[in-house]
Amino acid sequence: MARQRLSYAGVAVAVPVTVPYVRYSTHSAHWFIGHAIDALVKASGVGKDQIDGLCLSSFSLAPDTAVGVTQHMGLSPRWLDHVPTGGASGVMCLRRAARAVQSGDADVVACVAADTNHIDSFRQTLGSFSNFARDATYPYGSGGPNSIFAFITANYMRSFGAKREDFGRIAVDQRSNALKNPNAMFKKPLTLDEYMAARPISDPIHLFDCVMPCAGAEAFLVMSQERARELGLPHAVIRGAIERHNAYSEDPVMVLGGWRVDRDDLYAQAGVRSADIDFVQTYDDYPVIAMMQFEDLGFCEKGEGPAFVRSHSLTCDGSFPSNTSGGQLSAGQAGAAGGFLGMTETLRQLTDTAGSRAVAHAHLGLVAGFGMVTYDRCLCTGAVILGRPA
Amino acid sequence: MTPTTNSELMSTAAILGGLVQALASNRIRVIDLTQTLTPEFPQIALPPEMGQCWPFRIEEVSKYDERGPSWYWNNFSCGEHTGTHFDAPIHWISGRNLANNSVDTIPVQHFVAPACVIDCTSEASANPDYLLTIADIERHEANHGRIPKGAWALMRTDWSKRHDPEAYQNFDETGQHTPGPGTEAVRFLVEQREVLGFGSEAIGTDAGQGYHLRPPYPCHYSMHGAGGYGLQCLTNLDLLPPTGAVLICPPLKIEKGSGSPLRVLALVGQDT
Amino acid sequence: MTMPMMHPKRKNPVLRTQQMNLPPGARGRVALGITTAAAEGRFELQTCADCGAVQYPPRETCHKCLSPRLNWREQGGEGLLLGSTTLHHSNDLFFRERLPWQLGLVHLDAGPTVMVHLHGEVGAAPARVRVGARLDRAGQAVLIGFPNEGSAHMADDKMLREMTSDPKFRKVLVTDGKTEVGQAIVRALVKAGADIVWVGHAEPWKKMGGLDDISALPQVTLVPLDLTNGRSVTELAGAIGGKVDIVINNAEVHRNFGIASRRGTDVAKAEMDINYFGLLRLAQEFGPALKGRSADGATNATAWVNLLSIYALSNFPPHGTFSASKAAAHSLAQCLRAEMRPAGIRVINLFPGPIDDEWNQQMPPPKLAPATLASAIVKALRDGVEDIYPGDVAEEWLERWRDNPKVLERELAHGGG
Repeated sequence: MARQRLSYAGVAVAVPVTVPYVRYSTHSAHWFIGHAIDALVKASGVGKDQIDGLCLSSFSLAPDTAVGVTQHMGLSPRWLDHVPTGGASGVMCLRRAARAVQSGDADVVACVAADTNHIDSFRQTLGSFSNFARDATYPYGSGGPNSIFAFITANYMRSFGAKREDFGRIAVDQRSNALKNPNAMFKKPLTLDEYMAARPISDPIHLFDCVMPCAGAEAFLVMSQERARELGLPHAVIRGAIERHNAYSEDPVMVLGGWRVDRDDLYAQAGVRSADIDFVQTYDDYPVIAMMQFEDLGFCEKGEGPAFVRSHSLTCDGSFPSNTSGGQLSAGQAGAAGGFLGMTETLRQLTDTAGSRAVAHAHLGLVAGFGMVTYDRCLCTGAVILGRPA
Repeated sequence: MTPTTNSELMSTAAILGGLVQALASNRIRVIDLTQTLTPEFPQIALPPEMGQCWPFRIEEVSKYDERGPSWYWNNFSCGEHTGTHFDAPIHWISGRNLANNSVDTIPVQHFVAPACVIDCTSEASANPDYLLTIADIERHEANHGRIPKGAWALMRTDWSKRHDPEAYQNFDETGQHTPGPGTEAVRFLVEQREVLGFGSEAIGTDAGQGYHLRPPYPCHYSMHGAGGYGLQCLTNLDLLPPTGAVLICPPLKIEKGSGSPLRVLALVGQDT
Repeated sequence: MTMPMMHPKRKNPVLRTQQMNLPPGARGRVALGITTAAAEGRFELQTCADCGAVQYPPRETCHKCLSPRLNWREQGGEGLLLGSTTLHHSNDLFFRERLPWQLGLVHLDAGPTVMVHLHGEVGAAPARVRVGARLDRAGQAVLIGFPNEGSAHMADDKMLREMTSDPKFRKVLVTDGKTEVGQAIVRALVKAGADIVWVGHAEPWKKMGGLDDISALPQVTLVPLDLTNGRSVTELAGAIGGKVDIVINNAEVHRNFGIASRRGTDVAKAEMDINYFGLLRLAQEFGPALKGRSADGATNATAWVNLLSIYALSNFPPHGTFSASKAAAHSLAQCLRAEMRPAGIRVINLFPGPIDDEWNQQMPPPKLAPATLASAIVKALRDGVEDIYPGDVAEEWLERWRDNPKVLERELAHGGG
């Protein structure tokens, strides 16, 4: 019988910040981190010296560390964490920062995800990403996770009858959303024909199944609701949060996502059901994973993903708004900041600062995290349900 | 008017001065009887169970390069009996106990000496195993005079014109087939003429099949046993007169050396 | 069905020769266990000594029971292909230059899921496959998904050819054609489809017999080569070095002496001058051109083979100086392997026991027939392995040496050969 977990009551999540993405940058990650913290300070009215907690996520700090960043930025936090878990880092940073605020270990935590992107960043990151990648996938020339997700996609298609067109629907609808996002890297609409005709990368993965790596940052602040009100900051509250690593490790290939293990707990914490969720930000490194999140987060059964996307529209004004910023597939993946993309977009939706992307009646948003392909699947999964303050 | 009488009358200064003048004016020429030392030149090959004579090998130390910017030089290695070389009496078991029998103790006076060239060219070309006979020596002396005591006896066969190493060695399944002196001829040269030594164009002073003569290798056995010397792998013997040439052949001064590669030169006058 | 490899066309001489870009060559220390086994032609994975779980990727701790007692065990490799993909894009230069490239995901019957290079004859998933390990151009082990039943030409698969050094259509230098072993190697290469076999011979005045027979073969060209003569090696390299795809250095001097049984160092020097310095001279002269052509088309330069001896591992005192010269050659061959690695040239070392030749006349059987040794060389080239121990004696000595080298030293010192 699991112990009753502490709720996240009293915690405020505020001030979504995006440092605009660029394809390549000669700056280091610190440049983007600095911009993000500066933007947090200016937008919040919290002085830099009042930021006493820092939670960082970045793949391009080396040879520096989060500790080095504190000196670099002139911060003196009493709570510090580095959670370089890529696509799961938004959820994981939020959970840790929230507990720090709840326990009084920190008053104002800046959560920042940032990465630079040099011309050969991608290849260098791959070579030393993990022991298992170095020994068991990198030697096969798979060019990063593309081939791994090609296997997962092909297996899923064979098992459940999904077609490339089904994945295309996700890409196309998210592109529509992106056209309303001034920060998105992609500015042109995408049709299903263009999606289908795009060149193969590692079949069945084609060009528009892949995210575009770039440089940039996403950030937000975590503090008590009391403090947020003092500062007059619009904010969201955490209704529930889960995290799981290396789930379903016995499965020969990924079919089930780790969210499935704890999703009942997630909804129980929030006191809601999946039907109550108004919009979902999936972690969209590849469309097949977005589809699995619809299944494993309870919006349909396993294997019903294709039918789900055929019968729903994922646009901001559609029947199932998803990745309302355009997602990584259309906004771009600024390294670890991809793990914060859904979080900042959800904060904008819940504080009515999403502009023309606003989802009608946006009260509850679900943000999913997924990251760290160390061998043949992502190991980290997580999810958060955010809501408006009571 | 014998040469000996003339030189006894002249002062040594005049003799030497005359020699220098004759060399400068090419009335006396220096002929090179030496094969060039190269890695391709064959060396004597014994049965594989025996110790072997090293072939000539050479390796650059530097050549105006990063190993030595302004200079070119080599290290080389070879046996005492590689290429054109000198055999001292200590080389053979029959000469092991004689006095002054190694290259460093042989009286240096012996390194400048007259040479007689006995022509066996046509016999050797017909028969690679040709053995020099006493009759050959007598025929030579009938035409060119008696072989003086203390002179080199050189057997001319034109074998040095065999530039292909296979032809020069001339092996088949029964061994090597190169010309040399017969047992009796050697004994005659040693006992009846007291020659300084025997010289050959082939790879050994003894014939290639000399192992099968009695005693085996009679030239080595008898010549060195009597304190005589050997020269092998000579060339250009066809440029020498049958008699009258003066050989200059000092081996390297190797402590207790049995022989050494050397430069063999002949002084040849244009009048002869 | 794999398309049988056609004889490649002549190269256009005005085009730049493609240089080698290696596939990723980094492996952790534990993962090198797969490389070690693949170097000898085996596919091995770690098995937990306590719970039996098979591990992949390689690791320090059992993923099931946390035991550190993980032992390398040979694997049959049978499994189910879960998915395949054709790579059309890669950031890695090696693969980028060889696209499209087939990869597969296999669930081994033994438990783990593995990523593999996929042989072209493997059908669509789901399909039964057999996984094996091969050394890639970086000299590191990679897993290959093989069809359960391959066609006659399966060795010509484009991917598999990158893992092997098949002599077919290639030009080979055999450094000594005057021995029975050398002649057997030449015949085996011709039979394996080599285009040209240059056969080295030294001291042409020493007739050993057999050379005339092989020089009658149309593929064979006799070339003067004396490994004791630096200039001979330099000149031959100048003449043919730029065309040699495979060097097989079988030249050796073998005598039967230890230390006390033969006074003087001249015999030991003669052994070292060919067995060790000969290798050094040959590698200095032929190495650069071999490396320069390691990515030169379908019949690129690919391998260097050294005939060593099992005595290189542990000295056999009755042939003591010979053993020492082979040990020196072995060490140098390791250096050569490191220097050839950046160009993707495979260095293959053979460690036979006594060969059935005149210098082993007094060794008791079993002795290795020259033809058997030659077959082992061709097989090693075809399989792309690195360390071969052909014959019963070699295998047995290797086992004893690996078990406890000090015990073997004692056994050999007591004449327990």
